Amino acid sequence: MKFFAFIVVLFTGALLIYGTVDMPNWGDPNSPPNSHVSPRYIEKTLEETATPNAVTSVLADYRGYDTLGETTVIFTAGVVCIMLLRRVK
Amino acid sequence: MIWQLDIVFLILVVISAIAAISVKDLLSSAILLGAYSFLMCLLWSEMGAVDVAFTEAAVGAGISTAFFIGFIYQTTRRTKD
Amino acid sequence: MKERYPDVTIETICRLLIPPIQLFALYVIAHGHYSPGGGFQGGCILGASFIMMFIAYDIGEVKRKMQEKLNTILCSTGVLIFAGIGLICLILGANYLDYGILHNILPVHQAKARALGTLGIEIGVGIAVTSVMVSIFLNIATAGEHEGEP
Repeated sequence: MKFFAFIVVLFTGALLIYGTVDMPNWGDPNSPPNSHVSPRYIEKTLEETATPNAVTSVLADYRGYDTLGETTVIFTAGVVCIMLLRRVK
Repeated sequence: MIWQLDIVFLILVVISAIAAISVKDLLSSAILLGAYSFLMCLLWSEMGAVDVAFTEAAVGAGISTAFFIGFIYQTTRRTKD
Repeated sequence: MKERYPDVTIETICRLLIPPIQLFALYVIAHGHYSPGGGFQGGCILGASFIMMFIAYDIGEVKRKMQEKLNTILCSTGVLIFAGIGLICLILGANYLDYGILHNILPVHQAKARALGTLGIEIGVGIAVTSVMVSIFLNIATAGEHEGEP
């Protein structure tokens, strides 16, 4: 059984390494993520949101709905932990 | 990005990951996972993604190590297999 | 939880270390605009400092200072601050979570209003993450049987 699991892990790792062959180089300025929407954020962040840290402005302002979902997931995890485990004597 | 530093960090990441799943003591395993997270944090910050590195250091190396140590109180300290 | 052995080294180290950790966590939340950081990271560090307190001292003693009811209310208050700021923007006539419209009620111009809206939701995320982390740790590490009032 352990040998079979090792074979599965090796196969999946080889598949993932094969998948990285087609990816763009690290820091390539012409790759798709770096050429459509990133330059607009980098150029307009300071004048539109007055926030020097572009990561914070993207996370909390331009993509604020995403962060709301993330906070809701954490809140649900806490509530489910209380509901399943807490026992008051 | 310095490739010599990168290779050293990647080798240490692989060593700590293999040690974390092969050690018999669960407390050592939790501490080794914390070391793995901290090495990943060094790797992120060396690649320039400082915000991701901060999250990795706060969540991976801080909170989840504390959680694992708390969970080991509820179970046996030695693994069965 | 297993029975507790008081240890003077751990208690002294925690008493010395916890205030700087909490101060640094508040700095990370408030300074997320200018340096790496933000609500999630700062909330995790603040929650870790409270978890350190629960590990080092007696659980019932710490729970008297930090009540479970208040902690559970703070969980939902964080999410409510986040969604409430979005709702204020909706009431003022803009899209949901579009903080630029907040310059109608705040004495600043539009770009600064967006920065202040971002700071508000970072504080909400920080409160929610802190209390959720403390609550998860307390419930799992004691299997839900920590004494004290509910």
